[in-house]
Amino acid sequence: MKITTELVDYVSVLSRLKLPEEEKVKMAGELEQIIGYMDILNRLDTSDIEPMSHTFPVKNVLREDVVEDFGGRAALLSNAPAHDDTAFLVPKTVD
Amino acid sequence: MNWEVVIGLETHVELATKTKIFCSCTTAFGGDPNTHVCPVCTGMPGSLPVMNKKVLEYAAKASLALNCDVTQYCKFDRKNYFYPDLPKAYQVSQLYLPIGRNGKVPIQVGSEEKVIRIHELHMEEDAGKLVHDNWIDQTRADYNRCGVPLIEIVTEPDFRSGDEVIAYLEKLRSTLEYLGVSDCKMQEGSLRCDVNLSVRPQGSTELGTRTEMKNLNSFKAISRAIAYEARRQEELIEMDHKRVIQETRRWDDNKDATISMRSKENAQDYRYFPEPDIPPMELTDSYLDSLRASMPEMAPAKRERYQREWGLSEKDAALLTDTRAMAAYFEDTVAAGAAPKQASDWIQGEVLRELKEKSLDIKQVVFAPEALAHLIDLVRQGKLNRNTAVKVFRAVFDDNGDIDAYVKAHGLEQVNDTGLVEQVVSDVLAANPQSVADYKAGKKKASGFLMGQCMKALKGKGDPKVVSQTLNKKLAEL
Amino acid sequence: MSLLDYSALELGRLIAADEVSVREATRTALDAIAAANSDNNAFITVLEEDALREAEQVQAKLRAGELSGPLAGVPAAIKDNICTLGVKTTCASKILGDFKPPYQATVMERLQRAGSVNLGKLNMDEFAMGSTTETSFYGPTKNPWNLGHVPGGSSGGAAAAVANRECWYALGSDTGGSIRQPASYCGVTGMKPTYGTVSRYGLIAYASSLDQIGPLARSAEDCAAVLDLIMGKDPRDGTSLEAPCGHLLENLSADLTGKKIGIPVDCFGDGLDPEVRAAVLSVADVLKERGAEIEEFRLPIMEYVVPTYYIIAAAEASSNLSRFDGVKYGWRAENYEDLTDLYNKTRTEGFGNEVKRRILLGTFVLSTGYYDAYYNKALQVKAVIKNAFDDAFSKYDLILMPVAPTTAPKLGESLSNPLQMYLSDIYTVSVNLAGLPGLSMPCGLDKNGLPIGAQLIGPALGEQKVLDAAYAYQQDTNYHQKTPVGGAKE
Repeated sequence: MKITTELVDYVSVLSRLKLPEEEKVKMAGELEQIIGYMDILNRLDTSDIEPMSHTFPVKNVLREDVVEDFGGRAALLSNAPAHDDTAFLVPKTVD
Repeated sequence: MNWEVVIGLETHVELATKTKIFCSCTTAFGGDPNTHVCPVCTGMPGSLPVMNKKVLEYAAKASLALNCDVTQYCKFDRKNYFYPDLPKAYQVSQLYLPIGRNGKVPIQVGSEEKVIRIHELHMEEDAGKLVHDNWIDQTRADYNRCGVPLIEIVTEPDFRSGDEVIAYLEKLRSTLEYLGVSDCKMQEGSLRCDVNLSVRPQGSTELGTRTEMKNLNSFKAISRAIAYEARRQEELIEMDHKRVIQETRRWDDNKDATISMRSKENAQDYRYFPEPDIPPMELTDSYLDSLRASMPEMAPAKRERYQREWGLSEKDAALLTDTRAMAAYFEDTVAAGAAPKQASDWIQGEVLRELKEKSLDIKQVVFAPEALAHLIDLVRQGKLNRNTAVKVFRAVFDDNGDIDAYVKAHGLEQVNDTGLVEQVVSDVLAANPQSVADYKAGKKKASGFLMGQCMKALKGKGDPKVVSQTLNKKLAEL
Repeated sequence: MSLLDYSALELGRLIAADEVSVREATRTALDAIAAANSDNNAFITVLEEDALREAEQVQAKLRAGELSGPLAGVPAAIKDNICTLGVKTTCASKILGDFKPPYQATVMERLQRAGSVNLGKLNMDEFAMGSTTETSFYGPTKNPWNLGHVPGGSSGGAAAAVANRECWYALGSDTGGSIRQPASYCGVTGMKPTYGTVSRYGLIAYASSLDQIGPLARSAEDCAAVLDLIMGKDPRDGTSLEAPCGHLLENLSADLTGKKIGIPVDCFGDGLDPEVRAAVLSVADVLKERGAEIEEFRLPIMEYVVPTYYIIAAAEASSNLSRFDGVKYGWRAENYEDLTDLYNKTRTEGFGNEVKRRILLGTFVLSTGYYDAYYNKALQVKAVIKNAFDDAFSKYDLILMPVAPTTAPKLGESLSNPLQMYLSDIYTVSVNLAGLPGLSMPCGLDKNGLPIGAQLIGPALGEQKVLDAAYAYQQDTNYHQKTPVGGAKE
């Protein structure tokens, strides 16, 4: 299928990526090539086949409802580019 | 034109588990920012979710209680979007195989009965809290609530009035509270509601364009928002000849109005796909049977039984079954020997008054149902009069004190010594000639005063029946 | 002879016998790394002081008799997408900045408990996306056999460090061949175990349903010993399996009598370099000598494996990498106007081209209107691929095939054509899609003196079978003991 720069824009917005114009054109071309190649899969009739999201029949992996305190707030905050003693800081989110 | 309002609800209910859905952090309400967190719920790279057994149990129970078809092989999916309250930038939820589908919730509004259809019930994780600080002009992200387990219950657009919505929510709250799967405290956000509303001309079968209202945190707000939004849409179409725009609107309690939320800059395309980190869950027949067997008697059944077996009025039965804890307190009091009617009166009178005055929940009451039954029994035996019993109740309520010891220590046993009562009545009559004269002159009120004087002289311990009989007899003899 | 000429197990025995101290071994490795890293760039972070301190602690435990395993005291190096408590973990990306994990990956806890010493963090393709280690923000790693060639990827640092004798073994990760292919290009033995047998807790996810940690080492025997340390059910990883573990080394057997080995003819056709073809097929002859029966068979799924893999891997990656947004950890762009601008700038400037390409591809295949045609279709084809392998393993104990169509390409040749690079993963990705154990071992050198690898694939949980065959092969051959001759540029 044709991958337009508009489609690249659409997936870029969803991915929070903002490619410069010249990269966008190049990316559209590369994606078109890759996605075009993926259309090989249509040679295979899979209409009766259940999609396999998990490879092994593992199921019901559940933990007990018992509290464990991790404790380290400082350690969790310490990697944040902007934080104070209690929280992660971000630009204003609501009006 | 006559308009019909069409409403569907999406209700998020916090499950009453001790830990979060995918990690072992506490779900306790409040807490300093980012103290109930760990690498998993803050989305640290490399961390992985592990499903909480209780969440599955509670969600399955809720599905059964709301008459859903339970999906016996269910999975989680990821819902992808960027926002700072969502540290992984995806919410683990269920799209393709939600745990419950096709449920039915019977409701009653006035004398009319109706069934609300549940489209689906699914499990998901809550997001964090963002608080803007004007001083530093930055928003603080607190992830304590991230990963708190929720079920979202989505109805079909079956409501035709705000009253039906409230009746459904009351039913939902009662059902989930009885199951013990949620506290359903709106003020703590453990029951939250989004309302999808559209209007159409009466008789039309087509659905109008709907708006979604968020930020509804009380039943009152829901009622008012529905009334407001229905009128707004009607006027928009009828008076302004405009179309309703499909959008999200926020209810503003102060302005008493819904306000359009700025439409999000970016397209909504959540790119759901099966969550690879969490294996599917199988709910076997025997598991579901065991859950069914463990389900408590629900409020409607109890109400019916209280009326049928114990002769309570519909109103009393409804009040006593408002919460499972209240019903349990009542039933325990009856089980300890109290007459159901007496137990009902005491709980609705004295117990509820204490709860109100002390802002307590019935679950927090230490005064044992057995003690209440004992107190009721003392009154029945005539060992305490009703007023004294109330005094005793108030004295021992807070610490479940020993009733008999208290009665003894304060000399509160009812006076049934007729000789003493006769003596006291005679003394009172002699001391109050004016009142006696008034009574004789036809002022029947005077007898009330004299009765009061007699009880006072008996320090409140007289059996009011005996005292009143004696007083009337003596007045008649004069 | 340098201590680095011993295998991991040999060094373990010397340490256990107190003939070599843990510090001595650690010092030797650190010196080798210091001497080589400016040339081959195998390491992103070298833990000079930490490693020596850890060596003393391990030595003390050994003296106290608290450690007894065959690898106690043997230092290791770790791919930089495995979280190490308090030690910078970068995924070779700018966007992770100086991220110091506040927790330890399960495999790291297990290595520590067994008395390992962490020498440092190894270079890789950014977020493990790449087949050459050229997408690293920290610059490419070079192949110790010829510094003008790539070491493969994404665990290129791991393969180069082991091949160049800078450490005895390393932990890598394999999502579509990221252990096996660099092992092949660098002439070392590397194994991706069955999906779910090694905990992924602490492995920074690329594609969650395919990622698996595994060893790169000098021999199948060393790999068995490392797997014995790291395999096993982990309550923190919901996808980890309940399966017997810990006895691969003691059960290792070179007797292949009665073992049936299938050779999929579909993997030896067009596009396979003739030298590679000949070398891989010659492995069959050696295995036959050891008692195995060899049979050719059809595996008619090969044309579908690359598209299926890239759809699934990119889709999961687009979601897994969304958390890198400049809020909780890592690098944040400067001069943003608002929240959306912060996200856009941080991610656009923080990720490299290959990562962005896969994020966009993954976002596309999951987006409204394309989900069914691409993502869901890929999940269906994945089932077909898994069934094809199940069929094969109903007849054969093992499958023998190439690891890569060629030996290591030259630096700078691969990235210009992404699709071409993806296609070179044809022999490795199916193993991840089917969740199977796969091993790459050296089986020859090409005319340029670059190593050739052969791949052995087993049924799910068939690690022992795979390792036994490789062990048998390595009893009779010495390709795994060859070392890079020079390292001079062509």
